[in-house]
Amino acid sequence: MTKAITVSGLHKSFGRTRALEGLDLDVESGEVHGFLGPNGSGKSTTIRVLLGLLRADSGAVQVLGRDPWTDAVEIHRRIAYVPGDVTLWRNLSGGEVIDLYGRLRGGLDARRRAELIDRFELDPTKKGRTYSKGNRQKVALVAAFASDVDLLILDEPTSGLDPLMEEVFQSCVAEERDRGRTVLLSSHILSEVEELCDRVSIIRKGRTVESGSLADLRHLTRTSVSAELAGPPDGLAALPGVHDLEVRGNRVRLQVDTDRLDAVLRSLTDSGVRSLTSTPPTLEELFLRHYQKDATASAGAVAP
Amino acid sequence: MSSTSSAFSAFAVRPAAARQLAGTGTLLRLALRRDRLLIPVWIAVNALMVLSMPGTLDSLYGTPAERADLVRQMETNSSLRAMTGPVFGDSLGALTAWRAGVYAAALAAVMSLLIVVRHTRDEEESGRQELVASGTVGRRAPLTAALLTAAVADAALALLLAAGLSGQGATGAVAFALGVAGTGMLFATAAAVLAQLTESARLARGLTAGLLGAAFVLRAAGDSATADGSSPLTWLSPLGWQENLRPFAAERWWVLLLIAGAALLQGAVAYELTGRRDLGMSFLPTRPGPATGRLGTAGALAWRLQRGGLLGWSIGFLLAGLVYGGMTEGAADLVGDNEQARRIIERMGGQAQLTDAFVASMTGMLGLVAALYVVGAVLRLTGEETSGRAEPVLACAVGRLRWAAGHLVIAFGGAVWILLLAGAGYALAYGKDPGGVLGACLVQVPAVWVIGGAAVLLHGLLPRAAVAAAWGAAGAVLLLGWVGPALDLPRSVLDLSPFGHLPKVPGAEMSWGPLVVLCLIAAVLVAAGLAALRRRDMTT
Repeated sequence: MTKAITVSGLHKSFGRTRALEGLDLDVESGEVHGFLGPNGSGKSTTIRVLLGLLRADSGAVQVLGRDPWTDAVEIHRRIAYVPGDVTLWRNLSGGEVIDLYGRLRGGLDARRRAELIDRFELDPTKKGRTYSKGNRQKVALVAAFASDVDLLILDEPTSGLDPLMEEVFQSCVAEERDRGRTVLLSSHILSEVEELCDRVSIIRKGRTVESGSLADLRHLTRTSVSAELAGPPDGLAALPGVHDLEVRGNRVRLQVDTDRLDAVLRSLTDSGVRSLTSTPPTLEELFLRHYQKDATASAGAVAP
Repeated sequence: MSSTSSAFSAFAVRPAAARQLAGTGTLLRLALRRDRLLIPVWIAVNALMVLSMPGTLDSLYGTPAERADLVRQMETNSSLRAMTGPVFGDSLGALTAWRAGVYAAALAAVMSLLIVVRHTRDEEESGRQELVASGTVGRRAPLTAALLTAAVADAALALLLAAGLSGQGATGAVAFALGVAGTGMLFATAAAVLAQLTESARLARGLTAGLLGAAFVLRAAGDSATADGSSPLTWLSPLGWQENLRPFAAERWWVLLLIAGAALLQGAVAYELTGRRDLGMSFLPTRPGPATGRLGTAGALAWRLQRGGLLGWSIGFLLAGLVYGGMTEGAADLVGDNEQARRIIERMGGQAQLTDAFVASMTGMLGLVAALYVVGAVLRLTGEETSGRAEPVLACAVGRLRWAAGHLVIAFGGAVWILLLAGAGYALAYGKDPGGVLGACLVQVPAVWVIGGAAVLLHGLLPRAAVAAAWGAAGAVLLLGWVGPALDLPRSVLDLSPFGHLPKVPGAEMSWGPLVVLCLIAAVLVAAGLAALRRRDMTT
């Protein structure tokens, strides 16, 4: 499989602020890749480097097999970008802006444009200043989805969309994937990422901390188990990988490293299982684990 | 229930006017905090210009005889009067009021209109006002705070001017200072009205500046026609009121009442309008646009964004050309038929020479103003970039040079276009020597381009500072051109302005050398600016 985006060891500083410190990112062609990180972790900076708007201080960056700084225009013919905060010209209508972006990218599918305007319930005759935040976002989304491109770069594209439109957005991304297009989706809405993305990269303070398929990532984390047993549990606490064990009579709640699940289940069946729920970790837990590590680390840094 | 109703009645008991103004003090402090650099710089430039005048004039016209000679010269030379207004006395104070009055008032007007639009329509357009207005802020508080901010600035300027000029006579100094500050408030309130009528801060600023330009042209036309400021054209212009106050020369205090009355009237209109409209909306409704668009290139987008502004400048320059052209014929006419005036004119090179000098100085003035157009048009690049609208365009298949090129063609080509229009209007109204008049306009182009080139370089190198620095450069050149010669500044300072190197055609010898050099400098500045733009990070 070819790579749509490869980034390794990317550094970028603004004066004394170090925005990116050795970021790695690999996006396979044809996948929907989730790009996660807390506010200020460097997601938008990375995306601007990928678009050739910022120049990398060091590190290797390739987008569609080319250098985004030197070959920006060639790459951009095959890219559609949606920023997180869309600003429009106050005296241009939404329809004019959609067509402008489409033509500047080198083509717009008129049928798809009409269909998308309908699905997103966008009024294309309104002027830039009269759109709400969500509607400005829709203008950029319609322009992106109606463009004939290979790679979509979406930077928190659904901020401001209502839940119905969020659903339309998700189905649009799914259609793009079905057509074989690649999508890099930076998002804070974890359910959206969980629903859409084949693989995710989580970044923190300008570095990639996790990358892989959701299944891979889940494997690295803990599953919650709660069970009602026939008799008192035995020897659970001694098992490796068991955390936060709570025992109340015959009821047990615990967290277990997912790769140690086997031994725990065996131990539970030894005592006789009446009922069992096991929840795989949500992306939110994954995310929070890294986020809280971040908070702990910075708290540690403050202490002398 | 009873507690709610008592809360409501407590609310109703508060006087309506006080509720409408709630939060004004906080907003005023916010505005002064945001303008803590802007206002002092404007005041300092204005005061320095005025307060350096008496000393300079003293060194140039030290003896009463020299001053009397100057006064007589002004009575005969209508082209000089068009530049500065008539002179009403031969004291140093009266000469200062003559030489600096119009420009000090115009600078105060620009400062005031910028302050008012910045704290009213700009705030609404950007959406910041919405959050502010959700606090305990009355409907009329933002406008009140903006006008008070302008009033604070104008009052500080007046204090400085009155104190600085008091050596020339306290009465005259107070009259001069009040005239300047009053003109400032006149345009502050005009801007307040226009900020209610338009939805765009850019348009509100443009329209108010257009009013100021019209006031300048009217006053110049009136003053070239009469030697004592009594022309109806002069009285139509607020800048004419300032001069007819006659500081240091038997002040006519009642003119201040005219200024104050007009300012109060405009303020009342703005208050009435602001109380009646929705936040962010204007009285000129937004019409829906087309559902599909034909814009397809970065150049077409640039044209779409700039064509309105260029249209405004075109109208202004055409009208200015027509007015100045109409004045030219009479420029060398003698006022009265006295022998001494005839001798002065002969000494200055005869009638034809005087007319040529008038054409040269009027077109020179238009050239200086065209520098403001080119800076504004180039800085659209900066505006597009910092507002975030450039980013999605540059994320399409549009290189940075292509993106910039559209705006630059409009800026540099537009400068030629508006000067051509002014020249055409001038030649039409003057009716003689169309070639000489058009040439005098076009000869300004290289100097205008140098200023535009400086703005391109600033945008390429220092995008965050470009707006302030480029306007500062254009303003400095404008001041040098207007009052530099009268200030008796050293040649090396005057030479800093590209306009100082232009041949004074018609009349003076045409010399191509400086024009070629200025064009080359402009080309180098643009090329360096574009090279820097290609290499740097885009600001977000």
